Amino acid sequence: MQKSKLQLSTLFRKQIFIPLAALLLLALFNLIADPSFFKITLGQNAAGDPVLSGYLITILDYGSELAILAVGMTLVTAASGGQDISVGAGIAITGSVILRMLCGSNSRPETLQMPIICAFLIAVVAGMLAGAFNGVLVSWFKIQPMVATLILFTAGRSIAAWINNNELPIISEPSFGYFGNFIPGIPIPTPFFIAVAVMIVTALLLKFTNLGLYVQAVGINAQSSRLNGLNPTFIKFLTFVLLGICVAVAGLIKVSRLSTINYSVVAKDIEMDAILAVALGGNSLGGGKFNMWASIIGAYVIQFLTTTLYKFKVDSSALPAYKAVVVILLVVFSAPTVREFISAKYKLLTSKNEKEVA
Amino acid sequence: MKKILELKNIHKSFPGVLALQGVDFTLNEGEIHALMGENGAGKSTLIKVLTGVYTKDEGEIILDGKSVSIKSPQDAQRDGISTVYQEITLCPNLSVAENMYIGRNENILQNWKQMNEGADKILKSLDIPAKATQQLANCSIAVQQMVAIARAVDMDCKVLILDEPTSSLDELEVEKLFKLMRELKARGVGIIFVTHFLDQVYEVCDKITVLRDGKLVGEFEIADLPRVQLVSKMLGKELDDLSDIKGDTEGSNIDKDDEPLFETYELSSDQGIKPFDFYIRKGEVNGFTGLLGSGRSECVRAIFGADKVISGSVRKNGKEIRINKPLDAMKNGIAYLPEDRKIDGIIGDLSVRDNIILALQVMKGFFKPFTKAEANKFADEYIKLLSIKTASADTPIKSLSGGNQQKCIIARWLLTHPEYLILDEPTRGIDVGTKVDIQKLILKLASEGMSITFISSETDEMLRTCSRLVVLRDRKVVGELTGNELNQNQIMNTIAGGEENAEK
Repeated sequence: MQKSKLQLSTLFRKQIFIPLAALLLLALFNLIADPSFFKITLGQNAAGDPVLSGYLITILDYGSELAILAVGMTLVTAASGGQDISVGAGIAITGSVILRMLCGSNSRPETLQMPIICAFLIAVVAGMLAGAFNGVLVSWFKIQPMVATLILFTAGRSIAAWINNNELPIISEPSFGYFGNFIPGIPIPTPFFIAVAVMIVTALLLKFTNLGLYVQAVGINAQSSRLNGLNPTFIKFLTFVLLGICVAVAGLIKVSRLSTINYSVVAKDIEMDAILAVALGGNSLGGGKFNMWASIIGAYVIQFLTTTLYKFKVDSSALPAYKAVVVILLVVFSAPTVREFISAKYKLLTSKNEKEVA
Repeated sequence: MKKILELKNIHKSFPGVLALQGVDFTLNEGEIHALMGENGAGKSTLIKVLTGVYTKDEGEIILDGKSVSIKSPQDAQRDGISTVYQEITLCPNLSVAENMYIGRNENILQNWKQMNEGADKILKSLDIPAKATQQLANCSIAVQQMVAIARAVDMDCKVLILDEPTSSLDELEVEKLFKLMRELKARGVGIIFVTHFLDQVYEVCDKITVLRDGKLVGEFEIADLPRVQLVSKMLGKELDDLSDIKGDTEGSNIDKDDEPLFETYELSSDQGIKPFDFYIRKGEVNGFTGLLGSGRSECVRAIFGADKVISGSVRKNGKEIRINKPLDAMKNGIAYLPEDRKIDGIIGDLSVRDNIILALQVMKGFFKPFTKAEANKFADEYIKLLSIKTASADTPIKSLSGGNQQKCIIARWLLTHPEYLILDEPTRGIDVGTKVDIQKLILKLASEGMSITFISSETDEMLRTCSRLVVLRDRKVVGELTGNELNQNQIMNTIAGGEENAEK
């Protein structure tokens, strides 16, 4: 009993506590405001396949692409102490590459020009190239990450449009829609499975390589890392390339959802949500130590928040303002000083209770 | 004399550590008071309590006869307690005057002319060789240090805390700083002086307060406490005289005819050192000596590949090897403990364990991480071996004291089982006890066959441990001393420019 209480009070200091607490608060709010938020129904989609629907499913669905981006963004943040703001544009580019590969020169193809997996792999290469471009600017030319990625942020969507000659290809092949929607017979949205796959790969990477140690060492003290035989330049570069892969995966989900692309709107502002996910996970945006799982939970929390706001019929143009208010609360709540305070108060409270019981 | 500051029965604890246990401290007006103790004795904690960085658990701070509560550095400043830290905490990209007045203007508008004039006046009155409009980064470290002090003085400080201000200054600069300190003393400022240099304590201080393990050992008049006793008070045991470790460094197990383990030929780097030749035999301890900035560090950094090598070659056992980056050197059995522990050594936020395994882990490779058990085993082994004082292997290294951080870095390199260990100023800024430990360790490792290069600003340390000294002047090797030549005079002569010059 004593022990569990102690653990609870140390939990307040744990990094993963921040996103978990935020999740809990949001859930509690919805529970009080309108419990129907949690209703999940099994229905049928247009094709007659069973699908689950409900707000929670939406969160799982759209939060997944954010979680995938958060994985890469966490690494970039930790190693370089800065953020990549070109991921939205990167999604437009990689999505456009997928469509171009599948359609060829015909924007309304009857049959696909190549297997989807090949198109995806080419998009991964494109994503890695975009990441490499950012990475070179940041690690070799020592440009601040936000400034360096501003280039693709500005130019990316034009490049995406140029890849398809400014046309809007539409893919009629139903199997292409599986990645962003549902696989027939499976009622859970596919993006969630893709996100789980990304998480497993990430977990394996962190366990069976020194990625975590190297990235953190470089992020904390690059000069010292170099004298320990690390190559900080390459490691920073590597994180941008890894983020490029994540971007390509998110790009596949995005274009698969609609089987087409809208260059100027697709994944708009998603970079801000991805960065927010990292911050909400309690990771320092100045680089250094990171907690991958906290970032991932942070991504779902942000989607939870967005969905909650939609549910309460907040106008989509007013959405960012509401989001900002909630974000301020979350950030203040997660500030170390506030958490120390809560932890101390909690300790005081429990010790008082114990005395009273005694 | 009037008491200006009194600390009574100060207690402070951190999870798992009682950092201060009932410490008293008294400072008089116009007094320079040394605060001494080993690393981890509680000096820094006491100062942080006094300056409001930490809040004390218990005790009382009496300033000018009034009990004050200091909850933040601003409070301390308002009450007239100023601190100048070892690391310069000013803004290098601002001008000297801006640095002196930053954060002190209560109006919205700044009268630049008045500010610059005011700054110049203070600089002049304290005889600090800087101009108000000069950019701070262009001043030498010593001058920056003095500007920090000038800023503190101008804020009407009654108590000035100097936390190891001299560790990055050369002798001349230290002299200037002392002059400034005496000047302030004459004005009635009470100065708390924290340093590891015993000579300096005896040069400027009036009183010494010694702490050990968070407890007060005592307060002494400088005249009543000879050096040996001071050291034994700090260590808490009768000192088996430092000279004890003067072993038979005279090459007991070095075969003079042995082929050198490592040799350099005409090596030079982009840091402006003249090409130099150097060799080291198995089991030998040698050193690079010379004044600050003479190129000692640059030489060993070139050997390790830390700086870009622009000419020359390195041979191992007679065979030429290529060292382009630190990893190449590490793979050839070279380890390098850098001069600046904080910037080049530790990875602050990482745990003691990760810091210890880092170099070996990097050598092992990206795809072969140590298991948790292996890493713990390594860390525990070396924490025990070097008696590193840490709450656990999980503690972030930055929360350890300087000496213990240094031990972690030594552990990191010992773990790689190097053939050739380069220690660049391993004893800087750490306490006497650990210094002795490190020197003993060097001799022990050498007797086991490791080749070691040891660099220190304190010549007597090098004389105690090295069997051969390479002397540098103006980034150039100017001599090599062995055997009978190894004495203070000979070194001074060589540094000054050879015997001919010295005798003239």
